[in-house]
Amino acid sequence: MRSDLQNRAPLGLKIAAAAGLLFLHLPILLIFVYAFTTEDKSYQWPPPGFTLKWLGVTWNRPDVWEALWLSVKVATISTIIALVLGTLCAAAVARTRFFGRETISLLVILPIALPGIITGISLRSAFNLMDIPFSVWTIVLGHATFCVVVVYNNAVARFRRTSASLIEASMDLGANGFQTLRHVVLPNIATAMLAGGMLAFALSFDEVIVTTFTAGQQATLPIWMLEELVRPRQRPVTNVVAMVVVLVTLLPILAAYYFTRDGDNPAGHGK
Amino acid sequence: MQVAVKLSGVSRHFEEVRAVDEVDLEIAEGEFFAMLGPSGSGKTTCLRMIAGFDHPSSGEISLFGQSVVGVPPYRRNVNTVFQDYALFPHLDVAANVAYGLMIRGVDKATRMRQAEEALSLVRLSGYGKRKPSQLSGGQRQRVALARALVNKPRILLLDEPLGALDLKLREQMQEELKELQRSLGITFVFVTHDQGEALSMADRIAIFNLGKLVQTGTPTEIYHHPRNLFVADFVGSSNILPASLASKLNGRESPASLRPEAIRIVGEGGHPATVLGQSFLGATRRLTVEMDGTRLNVLLPNQVDTPPVGAEIRIAWDNESLHPLEEV
Amino acid sequence: MSDAIIIRPSGFGDRLSDVLWRRPTLLIGLMLAAPVLWLGVVYVGSLVALLVQSFFSIDEFTGLINRQFTLKTYRELFTSPANLDIILRTVLTAACVTIASAMIAFPIAYYAARYARGRWKALFYLGVMLPLWSSYLVKIYAWKLILAKEGILSWLLDKLYLNWLLEAYLSLPLIGGNSLSVSYTGTFIVFVYVWMPFMILPIQAALERVPSSMLDASSDLGAHPAQTFRHVLLPLALPGVVAGSIFTFSLTLGDYIIPQIIGSSRLFIGQAVYAHQGTAGNIPLAAAFTVVPIVIMGFYLWMAKRQGAFDAL
Repeated sequence: MRSDLQNRAPLGLKIAAAAGLLFLHLPILLIFVYAFTTEDKSYQWPPPGFTLKWLGVTWNRPDVWEALWLSVKVATISTIIALVLGTLCAAAVARTRFFGRETISLLVILPIALPGIITGISLRSAFNLMDIPFSVWTIVLGHATFCVVVVYNNAVARFRRTSASLIEASMDLGANGFQTLRHVVLPNIATAMLAGGMLAFALSFDEVIVTTFTAGQQATLPIWMLEELVRPRQRPVTNVVAMVVVLVTLLPILAAYYFTRDGDNPAGHGK
Repeated sequence: MQVAVKLSGVSRHFEEVRAVDEVDLEIAEGEFFAMLGPSGSGKTTCLRMIAGFDHPSSGEISLFGQSVVGVPPYRRNVNTVFQDYALFPHLDVAANVAYGLMIRGVDKATRMRQAEEALSLVRLSGYGKRKPSQLSGGQRQRVALARALVNKPRILLLDEPLGALDLKLREQMQEELKELQRSLGITFVFVTHDQGEALSMADRIAIFNLGKLVQTGTPTEIYHHPRNLFVADFVGSSNILPASLASKLNGRESPASLRPEAIRIVGEGGHPATVLGQSFLGATRRLTVEMDGTRLNVLLPNQVDTPPVGAEIRIAWDNESLHPLEEV
Repeated sequence: MSDAIIIRPSGFGDRLSDVLWRRPTLLIGLMLAAPVLWLGVVYVGSLVALLVQSFFSIDEFTGLINRQFTLKTYRELFTSPANLDIILRTVLTAACVTIASAMIAFPIAYYAARYARGRWKALFYLGVMLPLWSSYLVKIYAWKLILAKEGILSWLLDKLYLNWLLEAYLSLPLIGGNSLSVSYTGTFIVFVYVWMPFMILPIQAALERVPSSMLDASSDLGAHPAQTFRHVLLPLALPGVVAGSIFTFSLTLGDYIIPQIIGSSRLFIGQAVYAHQGTAGNIPLAAAFTVVPIVIMGFYLWMAKRQGAFDAL
C-alpha cells in the first residue's frame, strides 16, 4: 500500500522536473520563432511581424553553402575514421584481456575528458612545429580524435551484450575468422556502429572549440556561426542558419536513439 | 572400436591456477561419455580444448588418432552445443541451423532442405521462420542441437546442455538425447555437474575435481565402487564412515562408504543404533540414525513400518556394501 | 570428405585466419595498431609537446621562444595577480555552475528514475538527450536572444511590472552590469544551461540503482520522507552527482566561447589561453595556463574515483 502512494509523484517534484525540462527546451524553441521575424536590426521581442523572406535570402548565400559543405565533408570523413578506429578499439578491449586495456580506454576517453581548448591548442602547436598547412585534413584530424569515443562507447556496450559464445559457435560451425566477422560479428554490431556513427557525425558537425584552432582561414558552419555571434553582420540569416543547425543535429540523435532503443544507452554521456 | 578422443597428460594453466592438471583420458567411438564434476573442476576447460576454443599448456589431444595441436575449431569436424545455446540472434531458426552448411558452400536449396530435416529430427518442424528470441528455452536447446547435428560431426560436445531447463523438461530431454545418440551413433561428450544426469545418460563417466581426473568408469562402477572420499560424496549420497569406525567393522584402516539403501533394519544381529529423525520422500522414507557416534542415513521402502524417533534398533548390511575408500 | 576429423585449409583467407588464430596477440596488435598510432602517438604526442613548451620561455624583446628548460613561465603565471585572478574566477564559476546544475538536474533525474514509466520514460530520455546534443553555438545564441536588452526576458519582466527588480539586481556589484548579457550572471546562466544536461543522466543512473524497497524500509523504520531523502537517497545518489560534476566542472573550466559572447570583459582561463597563443604568440604561457585545468581535473578525477563515481558513469 505504501508503494501505491509512492507511485504518484509529489507535486513539488513534478513542478521542479517540469520546470527543469522547460528550462532546457524553451530557449531552443525560441530559435524557431526568430527565424521568421521581420526585424533585422535587433533581437526585438515580440517580433513585429513574420516572414519567410529570410529563408530565401539564406538559400542564396554562397558563404553559408560553403560553410555547410565543408562541415558535411569534415563530419563525414571524421565519422568514417572514428568508426574504424572506435570499433577496432572496442573489439580489442571487449573481447580479450590484455595488458594495458585500461590504458586504451583512457586513451580513447582523454580527448573529451580534457577541455576542448587543450586538444585544440596542442594540435595547433603540433601543426606549427611540423610545418603542416591548415586544410580539411587538419580539421578532420582533430574531429576524428574526439569522435572515436562515441563510436567506441556504443560498440563496447554492444560487444558486452553480445554473448562471447556466438563467435565460438560460428567457428565451431566451420567459419574462419573472416567468415565469422562477416556473418556474425558485423551483423550483430551493425546498429550500434550506425548509432555511434550518427552521434559522431552530430558531434563533428557541431564542434567549434577545437575547430577554431585547426581550421586556419576555413569556415565550417559552427565557425561561421561563431563569427556571426562575435560580429553580427546579418542577424536574420544567422537566425535561419541556427534553426537549420538545430534540425540537422536533431535527426542523427533521433536515429541513434531508434537504433539502440532496446538495450544500450546510445549517447552515454560522451559528448 | 576406435578411440575418438584421447587426452595424454593434458594440463591447462591460467597463470597460477591449474584449471586442468595432467589429465589422461580415452573416449571410444560411439560412446555417450559424461564429464562430471563440481564447478571449477576443469571439466568444461577439457571440453573447450577438445572443441579447439582453448589450448593445452602441455600434453596432447588427438581426435581419431590425429593430433589437433594448433588446429583451430573451424577445422575440426567436431560440433558443440553451448550452455547458453549461442544461437545467432540476427538469423532465423532455419538460417541458424543451416549456418555450418552455408559456410561450407552448400547451395541454398540443399541446405534449407537439410536444415528442415535436422529440425524435424529434434521435433521442431515448421519453426524455421521464427527468430531465436521467439522460442522457449527448451526449443532453443533443440535448435542448438539441430544446428550442430546438421553438419554430421564425428563428435558432438555438449556443455551443460540441460542446465538452463526446468526439471520436467530436463528429464524429457535426457531421454530424447539418449535416443538421438543411439540412433545416430555419433560420439557424444557432455559436461555436467548433475550426477543424476550423468548416471542416467552416460555409458561411461569421468569424474573431475580440482582440475584432476579422479575416476572413470561405467555408472554402476562409479556408484558402487567409488574410488575415494570425493567420488563417494559427490555421486549419490553415501554415508561416509570414518577410518576408526570402518576398521572396527571390516578391519581395514581407511574410511569406507555405505549407500543408504544398502542398510536394513534387522530384528537381531547387526549393530545397535538410535533413530534421530525421519522424513518422507515419496517412494521412500529416510531415517537418520546414530551408530557408534556416527550419523547414518538409511533409505527404506515406504511400505515398511518405520520405528519412531528415539527408538533403539539394530541395523545390518551385506559385507560388500561397505566399500573402502582412498583418502584423496 | 565429411568423415575427415580435420578439415584442410582451403584458400588464403583460411590460412591467414589460422595464423591469426594461433597468435592472438598478433591479432590484437593489428587491431590496436591504427587507434594507438592515432590517439597514442599523434594526439598524446601533441599534448606532451604542448606541455614541454610550458617549460620554455618567451624572450621579452624579440618575442621569440627560447627553447631552454626554465620555470620562468610558471613563475609568471603564479605571481601575476591578473593571472591568479583569472584562475580563481574560472574555478569559482565552475564550482557554482556545478552546484546549480546539480540542483536543477536532481528533480528531473529523480522523476525520470522513480516515476516515469514506459512511454514517458522514453520521452524523458529524449527530452534530456536532445538539448544535450543540440548545437552548442545555437544554445548560446538562443540566450543572446533571451538576455538582450530588447529581448524576451525584459519584455516579460516589463509585462509583470518587475523591471525594477532586474534593475536593482543589475546594480549590484560584481554580479551585475549594464545588462544581463554582459554580466557574470549572464555567463553563469548560459554555462548552467549548456552543461546541466550532462548532470542528469549520471544522477538518474545512480538513482535507478536504488531499489524502491530500500525507501520502503526507511519509511517502515519510521523515517519521514524528508529524512529518507536526507539519510538514504542523497548518499546513494552522491556518486552520480560526482560523476555528473566531472562533466560540468571540466567543461566549464575549459570553455572560452561562452564568456566571450555573453559576459563581462574579464577573462576566463580558456580566453587567456586563446589570447596568449593567438595574438600574443606566447605559446609557453598559453601552455602553462592549460596545465591548470589539467591539474585541477586530475585532482578532481582522483577524488571522484575514491568516491566510486566511475561506477555511475
